[in-house]
Amino acid sequence: MSILIPIIAVTVIGLLCGVMLTVADKFMSVPEDETFVKIRACLPGANCGACGYAGCDGYAHALAGNSSVKTNLCVPGADAAAAQIAAVLGVEAEDVVEKAAYVGCAGCEGYKDEYQGIQTCAAANLLFGGNRACSFGCLGYGDCAKACQRNAICIEGGKAHIQSNLCVGCGLCAKACPNHLIRVVPDTIKTIVRCSNTDKGALTRKACSHGCIGCKKCEKECPAGAIAVVNNCAVIDHEKCTSCGHCVEICTTGCLTAVDLTNATKCAG
Amino acid sequence: MRAMIVTILTAAITNNYVLVKFLGICPFLGVSKKLDQATGMSIAVIFVQLLATAVTWPIYHLLLAGRIDFTYMETVVFILVIAALVQLVEIVLKRYIPALHAALGVYLPLITTNCAVLGVTMNNISDGLGYVDSLLTSLGCGLGFFLAMVLFSGVRSRVANAKPTKSFEGLPITLISAAIVSLCFFGFAGVIDNLFG
Repeated sequence: MSILIPIIAVTVIGLLCGVMLTVADKFMSVPEDETFVKIRACLPGANCGACGYAGCDGYAHALAGNSSVKTNLCVPGADAAAAQIAAVLGVEAEDVVEKAAYVGCAGCEGYKDEYQGIQTCAAANLLFGGNRACSFGCLGYGDCAKACQRNAICIEGGKAHIQSNLCVGCGLCAKACPNHLIRVVPDTIKTIVRCSNTDKGALTRKACSHGCIGCKKCEKECPAGAIAVVNNCAVIDHEKCTSCGHCVEICTTGCLTAVDLTNATKCAG
Repeated sequence: MRAMIVTILTAAITNNYVLVKFLGICPFLGVSKKLDQATGMSIAVIFVQLLATAVTWPIYHLLLAGRIDFTYMETVVFILVIAALVQLVEIVLKRYIPALHAALGVYLPLITTNCAVLGVTMNNISDGLGYVDSLLTSLGCGLGFFLAMVLFSGVRSRVANAKPTKSFEGLPITLISAAIVSLCFFGFAGVIDNLFG
């Protein structure tokens, strides 16, 4: 008997609290913005934060409240979500900018010493910047391939290659690379610099036949003015680049390369 | 009046809930990165702690310790009542005082099950305090939480600027600095007694 009364009492307290909250919610709740509810229904609910907001709710709130917020920021939802959001807001749909990664190194030929330690790029890089002749280049132990969740990276000829048709542009490989060679870019770009060596030209040439020697020929000749040589290595401004391909033709070492990042299937990126 | 001040100061400084009694550590470590967040959280804690004490004290003395004694259900009943109360307060604030609701933001629902809030209400009961003393103690505890949060957010930004060694970055160095701040607060033991005693 003595256990029954506490059980009843606690149940009654819980029930009262529940009823109180229900009544309060019924009479005092603030109705959610209708647009917000509709937009929220279009989003996948992954709360990944790729859009730059705290979660799907945050992005939906921003979209509902501010017409200048872009409708194509949701990466997991891709074009379908963007189209639905645009339909709700009554604006023109924009494509989601899909991204892909490429390796900023064409691969070394030479080795400066023999490395027999732990077979990861991170470990090899700790010992005098790796065993390759060029200390900026791909080490080829596949830290990036291990980080990739879509098996889009293969190591061939001692260098990482990214298969763009599998790549979703998540950037996990870029974080794994100790030499920061992998860059995530919009997959529409057609020209990349396949070198990250910032040594002076003569040193670069000694280590690698296709490294950027910082001759500035591309910088001078680019019709769009999109290339700048920073720290002895060419950098393309992809906003300005018109993909004319002139730099690829004139590059003296061949480190400027034409690529197709949308659906290269085998060892192209 | 003097007794009231002593009660508040004792609860805020010598018996500081975060740094001396180690309750409410999760918001202390979680939201103390920035000063404005720390302030928002602390104000929500002060508010909820007062409210929770105001409600749980009568429930304990009139219901739990009433004719049939089931005080062993204290924890369960208190959690239930505090959680429901905070939800209700949130609904009311959202409707009638949207500015305050926006200021307290996510912190209000966050502290529904905070151990500092529950700890204060339960300690008030086990210390045998009266209604007014209980309320004063909760106010003091809330102020103490505020003090600890503001102080510690300062410490944290200083530590972040000092660029600690890579292996200590983040939580490790935060815990070490929290320990040192806590040690400092133990130095306050006896200060209030000597000042007012």
